Amino acid sequence: MADDRSVPVAKGQDTEWERRYERGAFVAMLVIFVAMPMVIYPRFGSQLLCFALFACAFNLLIGFGGLLSFGHAMFFGMGSYLSAHAAKVWGMPVELAILTGTATSLILGGLTGLLAIRRQGIYFAMITLALAQMVFFFCLQAPFTGGEDGIQSVPRGKVLGLLDLNEPLAMYYFVFAVFVAAFALIHRIVHSPFGQVLKAIRENEPRAISLGYRTERYKLAAFVISASLAGLAGALKAIVAQNASLTDVHWSMSGEVVLMTLLGGMGTVFGPIVGALIIISMQFYLAGLGSWVTITQGLIFVVCVLAFRRGIVGELEAWLRSRRKS
Amino acid sequence: MNTQALFGQLLIGLINGSFYALLSLGLAVIFGLLNIINFTHGAQYMIGAFVAYFLLNKAGLGYWWALAITPFAVGAIGVVVERTMLSRLYKLDHLYGLLLTFGLALIFEGAFHHQFGSAGLPYSIPDSLQGVQNLGFMYLPNYRAWVIFASLVVCLATWFLIERTKLGAYLRAATENPTLVQAFGVNVPRMITLTYGFGVGLAALAGVFAAPIYQVSPQMGSTLIIVVFAVVVIGGMGSIMGSIVTGFGLGIIEGLTKYFYPQASSTVIFVIMAIVLLIRPQGLFGQR
Repeated sequence: MADDRSVPVAKGQDTEWERRYERGAFVAMLVIFVAMPMVIYPRFGSQLLCFALFACAFNLLIGFGGLLSFGHAMFFGMGSYLSAHAAKVWGMPVELAILTGTATSLILGGLTGLLAIRRQGIYFAMITLALAQMVFFFCLQAPFTGGEDGIQSVPRGKVLGLLDLNEPLAMYYFVFAVFVAAFALIHRIVHSPFGQVLKAIRENEPRAISLGYRTERYKLAAFVISASLAGLAGALKAIVAQNASLTDVHWSMSGEVVLMTLLGGMGTVFGPIVGALIIISMQFYLAGLGSWVTITQGLIFVVCVLAFRRGIVGELEAWLRSRRKS
Repeated sequence: MNTQALFGQLLIGLINGSFYALLSLGLAVIFGLLNIINFTHGAQYMIGAFVAYFLLNKAGLGYWWALAITPFAVGAIGVVVERTMLSRLYKLDHLYGLLLTFGLALIFEGAFHHQFGSAGLPYSIPDSLQGVQNLGFMYLPNYRAWVIFASLVVCLATWFLIERTKLGAYLRAATENPTLVQAFGVNVPRMITLTYGFGVGLAALAGVFAAPIYQVSPQMGSTLIIVVFAVVVIGGMGSIMGSIVTGFGLGIIEGLTKYFYPQASSTVIFVIMAIVLLIRPQGLFGQR
């Protein structure tokens, strides 16, 4: 069992029970998301899914690679900007626009990853934060981002010329399909030999090196995958919300995705999704209260770190496990 | 070449450099002993400026009183934070310290934003530091000269305290091996608390220096602290003198960039960080 001192990380799921638990939770998640538009606005639901995907992408890096990025807003934001720009100015069909946004974040992830993985721990967090701030200033000045105004009224169009995304339910289920595909991809990556090596590096990097693994490459690959998926989330969000703005690339967005993952449970498979749903709903319903949203977010950080380090899903899993043992 | 403008930008660079140096120095001192990156540093700098504002407008105590009182007042807040929260995290992964102090920064910023909005509050330059010196090639406002001079003195005094006094020797020893130092009868937990308070006090002092130059506003700390993080990565946190030199040096480089290529002035420090990471990942003054 990983000891409680380090950042909680994904546990291997070697037992039949854990596999069953994960399958059950996955089905429950599918049912909840399929039924969600009956309870909340499809447009809001689509946004929730975008942020859930963003948090899952972030969690891939911290939960499985042990790297805390404080700059994931740069991937989310650039994905959002490029997708919006491609759809609006270049007139690309929506699926190509989303791919453009994702590819931009992939390239950005490669460039920044090369720099950031040179340091670990706290330095890694500071470097990613600083690089993201550089991207923020770039977006503030570059002509195509529209500066303070951002890119507004992004056309949604039709997926493959068939599915009209201006229909709220169609949009919701399109985002849902992309989300499930990305989620399955993350699951596949984590359980692949590559994912196992990543875990080995996280647990003991010198040992992984001595076994002949080029750990830098594995870490860089994890960083790029995480960045691309964060970019995909941003690209989808630009289509759903029909805008891309400086908010998407601001450092507070990087903080929010950390908060979602921390609250839901770092290193758990479903934690980031739960965290994203809570944080985004909170912002939505408390939006009128202004600064109180920031204060509440800060309080959640403090409470989570001091008393609740495993997060909601992490605590739930620990409870299920202990109940099973007794 | 317009020398007037060039020296003007250099002066601004030196002023910014003073703040980079003061803040990265505080971060380095805290990190040395606590192994925590104090994300609240920017918020504590902001609170320092606000305390100066309150002292003037609520208590009628001017700039010089603010300089004397604020570091202790905000440092005391830091001591409370360390005792009640940070001290629970020392046995955990260092990243938790970063997350906790980030949360605290959000709380402080949100609370001040709620009270005072985002418009800046003016704080005027004290009478004794009004006026301008004509140096022939440029005009030097007295207050700015004072800030650069005072920051330099504070930085060097801190360096002297840590590198040349008995107290500093204890501090450095505790950085290396806290258990052993404790075995010699030094109260290490209290030293840790006071060190945090001291680092926070430095941030608050920088806030008082900044109050008459920038307006006093809730978000004055958050953008600055990210640049200071880059400064810390460039310098490495291994040496006190390294933080001072890097802070002032980068301020000057930023000022020069503002003159020669203004578009890059907000990103130049991050670009330098990227280059340093490629050539010398541990930072200019850092040890592996």
